[in-house]
Amino acid sequence: MSWTVGQRRPAAAAVVIIAGLATLPSVAPTYYLHLLTLTFCYGIMAMSLDLLVGYTGLSSFGHAAYFGVAGYTAGVLATRFGWGFWPAAGTGVAAAALTAAVFGMLAIRAIGPYFLIITLALGQVIWGLAYRWVSMTGGDNGLRGIPRPLLGFGLNLGRIQEFYYFALAVTVVATGFMYLLVRSPFGLSLRGIRESESRMRVLGYDTFLHKYLVFVIAGLFSGLAGTLYVYYNSFVSPGDVNLVASANALLMVILGGTGTLFGSLVGSALLVFLQNLLSGITQRWLTVLGVILVLSVMYAPLGIVGAARAILARATSRPGTHDGAAPAPKPAENGEMVGPNS
Amino acid sequence: MAQRITRRTLLKGAAALAGVAGTGALDRLSPVVYAQGERPPIRIGFLPALTGTAAPSGRDMLDGLTLYLDQHNTTIGGRPVQLIVEDTGGNPTNTLTKTRKLVEGDRVHLVIGPLLANEGYAIRDYVIERKVPTILSVVSADDLTQRKGSPYLIRTSWSSSLPSHPFGEYAYATLKYRKIAMLGNDYAFPYEVNGGFQRMFEAQGGQIVQRLWAPLGTPDFSPYVTQFRRDVDAIYATTAGADAIRFAHAYRQYGLKDRIPLIGGGTLMDESLLRGMVPEDAVGVVTALHWSAALRTPEARKFVAAYVAKYQKDPSYYAEACYTAGRWIDVATTHIGGKVEDRDAFLLALRSLQLPDAPRGPIRLDAYQNPIENVYVRKVERAGTLTGPASQTFAAQSGGLVNSVIYTFHNVSQFWTFKPEEYLKQPVYDRNYPPCKFCG
Repeated sequence: MSWTVGQRRPAAAAVVIIAGLATLPSVAPTYYLHLLTLTFCYGIMAMSLDLLVGYTGLSSFGHAAYFGVAGYTAGVLATRFGWGFWPAAGTGVAAAALTAAVFGMLAIRAIGPYFLIITLALGQVIWGLAYRWVSMTGGDNGLRGIPRPLLGFGLNLGRIQEFYYFALAVTVVATGFMYLLVRSPFGLSLRGIRESESRMRVLGYDTFLHKYLVFVIAGLFSGLAGTLYVYYNSFVSPGDVNLVASANALLMVILGGTGTLFGSLVGSALLVFLQNLLSGITQRWLTVLGVILVLSVMYAPLGIVGAARAILARATSRPGTHDGAAPAPKPAENGEMVGPNS
Repeated sequence: MAQRITRRTLLKGAAALAGVAGTGALDRLSPVVYAQGERPPIRIGFLPALTGTAAPSGRDMLDGLTLYLDQHNTTIGGRPVQLIVEDTGGNPTNTLTKTRKLVEGDRVHLVIGPLLANEGYAIRDYVIERKVPTILSVVSADDLTQRKGSPYLIRTSWSSSLPSHPFGEYAYATLKYRKIAMLGNDYAFPYEVNGGFQRMFEAQGGQIVQRLWAPLGTPDFSPYVTQFRRDVDAIYATTAGADAIRFAHAYRQYGLKDRIPLIGGGTLMDESLLRGMVPEDAVGVVTALHWSAALRTPEARKFVAAYVAKYQKDPSYYAEACYTAGRWIDVATTHIGGKVEDRDAFLLALRSLQLPDAPRGPIRLDAYQNPIENVYVRKVERAGTLTGPASQTFAAQSGGLVNSVIYTFHNVSQFWTFKPEEYLKQPVYDRNYPPCKFCG
């Protein structure tokens, strides 16, 4: 494990990226700020899903449920009960974590495809609530009119520039937390469970508890994303909770690279931007998007970040000697899922 | 090694191919329609659903508006038009994102669209906040021009319950039905269509004795069709999209078609669906809407002939709605000398406009910016049995089905005969309102 070696470069890269994003509102048209804010919302959700899919090996197919529970809870409290921003948002995130705590009890018992089916079914339960509990959720028409708050320090989230900064800050903090989580001993045990649960159990780890905890944490961060999203859009509808929304999150994770955390942010950006920019160019945008997805799965099975890392590793570790004898790892070719530090 | 080289070459080839295809598509399918002129173009943002479950209707929307612009040399009010089409996918979140793009990215002067009720609600607050004149060309959710209305929302289409109110009275007084069972897709639009019908039908003395709600996209309607009570005078149904085709088929397959008359909301027998129906399923079904492709007025015939010539299909109400929306904007813009930048004058012109000769008939707006327009009671007939101008519709030429108009209610308001203030005291129609007093 390379805990300390080469830590400086990624940190510098992160600072540069954050600084770049922070200066954007003064140069970019507001439309791009909208797309980036959406990217942040979906990105946090995708990263939290990556905790399950990439780091623990649990393919959840109902991750939009927690996103939706938080969004709807905050939205209902803000519109129907007139709650302020912080209590409503806080309750929204807590509700998502609570839902994940209950659903986790049911789902974690199962493994593989059964886990996938149970999470899918539980996700549909939340969708059904959003769709049917009309007096609370507005049903198919959705819940609209969620007010963007005035925060302290003269921060008016009603303006997109200021909301963008708020979303950026939330994303940086959430990403930091998740990064620390996967780098912690707890994160390493999760990776151990992904590789071989039975061995971890033999070694004395309570694998159920590990999986359950990460499930709840993932739900909590998905809820954070949902809360951010509902205040951004001032609107939430069953379409944000359904199977397609869950599948989209999974797609972002896979596209960016499972088990790379930041890859999910890249995947989210790619999907949001492609979807919105392509459809302005051609009505066949779904076809183009499909082609891009197929190509990336064929040629970058580790996702964009995974592929970039592999290329980087090849470039730095073997300068000049292409057919050299050094048995450098070639992760892109054996199609194996390789964690970032393996 | 050899394998890797091939793979890389393949990747390059594929990328190049995709690039070429992309550029080709860009040229052919670019939705930006430009016409040259001395004055700067009017930028119009258009939000049809071109992918997803509502795509056929969205396609008709685009065809209708395109026909109008083509007929008028892509100019409106003497200025060239830059039409920016953004596909919403029928998803409210996408619709909102696309609207932001149109308003903040493209700086459009006005927005036309969208299609579905939830899309309309999704963009409502945003367009009002940004003060963008918005023509609701199709979306029919009642409240967008009632309890949630706004000076920036101008509806040129219809509100869901507008045709249902007169039709409820018609079913009682003319069709002489006394007991009716109802079915609708389980979402807001059918709630409103059915709610308006139930209210007026029961106000006359009729009874709704059963209400069933089937999810949108129900693959098989047998479980619903077989549940219908058989002691009723008629079945009233409102479905959307392809559900209508499956419902009408199941209705006949289970032998109900010959025993109990089928009536319903206009979308049950929309022209876009009649194309795909088995004639025996649809013949004789009576529905009410503000449009029929078989209208005999000269304006309707002229529009239908032009539409059929261009697209080889009958215009559905979606197509007529967006064609008329184009005309609406054109006349309003002409009235203010093309100065759409003067937003208040533009809004005033859009609001105070009257079209005496739209394809669907005369249209003017009420104080809530919803149209006052004719409602047609239509009966599906085989085109072969028709004579005269109606036989010019495309379906008629191919021996298909048409919506013959059997009765016309003139100048119907969304509030029907009620006073607006009195009407608005009631909640909007939904799944449990009006309550089903005679169910059980």
